[in-house]
Amino acid sequence: MTSQTAKADDTPMIEMRGLNKWYGDFHVLRDIDLTVQRGERIVICGPSGSGKSTLIRCINHLEEHQQGEIVVGGIPMTQDVKRIEQIRHHVGMVFQHFNLFPHLSVLENCSLAPIWVQKKPRREAEALAMQYLERVRIAEQAHKFPGQLSGGQQQRVAIARSLCMHPEVMLFDEPTSALDPEMIKEVLDVMVELAEEGMTMLCVTHEMGFAKTVADRVIFMDQGQIIEENAPEPFFNDPQSERTKLFLSQILGH
Amino acid sequence: MSKLTLNTTPVDARPAPKRSIGAIAWLRANLFQGPINSVLSLLAIWALIAGLTPLIQWAIIDADWIGTSREACSSGGACWVFISARFEQFIYGFYPSELRWRVNLTFVLFAVMIAWLALPRLPAKKLAAVLTLVIFPIVAFYLLHGGSFGMPAVPTHRWGGLMLTLVLAVVGIVAALPIGVVLALGRQSKMPIVKSISVVFIEFWRGVPLITVLFMASVMLPLFVPTEVDMDKLVRALIGITLFQSAYMAEVVRGGLQAIPKGQEEAAAALGMGYWKRMGLIVLPQALKMMIPGIVNTFIALFKDTSLVLIIGLFDLLAIVQAALADADWLGYSIEGYVFVAFVFWIFCFGMSRYSQYLERKLHTGH
Ligand SMILES: Nc1ncnc2c1ncn2[C@@H]1O[C@H](COP(=O)(O)OP(=O)(O)OP(=O)(O)O)[C@@H](O)[C@H]1O
Ligand SMILES: [Mg+2]
Repeated sequence: MTSQTAKADDTPMIEMRGLNKWYGDFHVLRDIDLTVQRGERIVICGPSGSGKSTLIRCINHLEEHQQGEIVVGGIPMTQDVKRIEQIRHHVGMVFQHFNLFPHLSVLENCSLAPIWVQKKPRREAEALAMQYLERVRIAEQAHKFPGQLSGGQQQRVAIARSLCMHPEVMLFDEPTSALDPEMIKEVLDVMVELAEEGMTMLCVTHEMGFAKTVADRVIFMDQGQIIEENAPEPFFNDPQSERTKLFLSQILGH
Repeated sequence: MSKLTLNTTPVDARPAPKRSIGAIAWLRANLFQGPINSVLSLLAIWALIAGLTPLIQWAIIDADWIGTSREACSSGGACWVFISARFEQFIYGFYPSELRWRVNLTFVLFAVMIAWLALPRLPAKKLAAVLTLVIFPIVAFYLLHGGSFGMPAVPTHRWGGLMLTLVLAVVGIVAALPIGVVLALGRQSKMPIVKSISVVFIEFWRGVPLITVLFMASVMLPLFVPTEVDMDKLVRALIGITLFQSAYMAEVVRGGLQAIPKGQEEAAAALGMGYWKRMGLIVLPQALKMMIPGIVNTFIALFKDTSLVLIIGLFDLLAIVQAALADADWLGYSIEGYVFVAFVFWIFCFGMSRYSQYLERKLHTGH
């Protein structure tokens, strides 16, 4: 299904070089260098306020950076609106608070962008939407409105909505941290399946179980910097930096 | 032998116990709770009786209702004969009487469209909105003004009365809404020129009274258009009212836009939607729903303000009643005239106000 994301060419999916960003005087991202290969699955973690959200929001230009360069799918990011939209076509994003469109049904949420952005005929877009809703196991709710669904269901719809645009890379910003504990698994299961199909993924999450099972690399950020990055096994068992150790001890409990 | 039983039939719902029963208890709880409350209640009741009795006496009990001339008014109360004798003029102005069916048809069409839009039970709201905002104004123009399709033209200086008041108010609000949306979007724009033009426009029109706007529209507007274009006085007033109203509408729309969480636009942007799609498909549909009560409120304000057009010589409901007061046959019945005008305005404004309250409740609970 996501075979178009197979490593068709070997240009990296995302390249960031010397990325710096400020909010006013506050230096939120400092000299970030990060390359994500196609098919790679990366988990980003770090304490609150360390700039994780800001980092992944720069990739689809929801935040603007002031220094350095970002290349997404071979397209260099510029200020040009058309260029930005072109990049966004290849980049799916899932938000902490789902951000479904409350005035549209689940089906309309998913078919809206294919119809209006990719100019697909309505029927085709709706068939596509149903197909992805089935994949996230929520097709029977297609005609409900987001407000009638549980948090876990809403987040699965949000994932389906992104997938309908056939993105080459998916960004997740703490997709499970607004959910009740019993709903976290249903969302993580969908994400694991997506990873198994070869989707390139960048996930900001504190679900360390997820990181251990699917991540190719875990990145630890603190104060706007990438402090440490490694494969999950050495990252968790043998963290190098003191800050990573402290963070892991806090998050894994005692 | 005792047996453990399990009662699985649900217990019937019972009404909540009443706190107190009967008129006496109600009076005691609401009007006579303690000495100060009792005194205030008695004072208020006395004021109501003292004020309302003569009014009811004058307006209903002593009033004259039937007749055609002032001779019918002899009982000393209100002379509603004056209103009924002039009623057609108050509604239609100087619109030729054999063509008044066209005004009636427009009113009926308008009422049907409003009912369709306002009653939640009726389907196809989008179609209704398009019909009301696009098709109806065209139909209404040809019906009221005529001059084609075999209907004789009725120039606007013959329009008047309630009909003119409604034309001013409805055109003002309907034309101001899209302009207000554009201004509100402009005010939020990141482009400095667009933003400052919008801010200056909004603040200018919000800072001047409607009465000066109308003077400007009737005196200054002709200076800006070529002399050979003889701009209709009504059109000039409509332009003035629309620009004035759009500034207020822009502020209502801005409030609605700000109530939409930022995540909505971000989610739309992340799906690759451009600015106009984000606004048109995601932000505005949600914001407009929240804006309805605010829009209705500005509409009420505008509806009352339209009576100011009398100072530039248009005969709206108030102006035409005032003109009738000067009629030698009916001298001395100005109170009846003004009470009638107030009553008509009140009916419309009260209706709109109730509708907006209903909507607020509905939007508050429903989701
Ligand atoms: N729009 C903004 N203006 C100013 N400061 C901001 C803005 N957005 C974020 N910040 C600040 O930038 C820093 C990084 O924010 P960011 O949301 O990227 O952190 P995070 O790592 O995602 O944290 P969390 O785990 O709480 O989501 C924080 O200190 C935050 O207060
Ligand atoms: Mg965050």
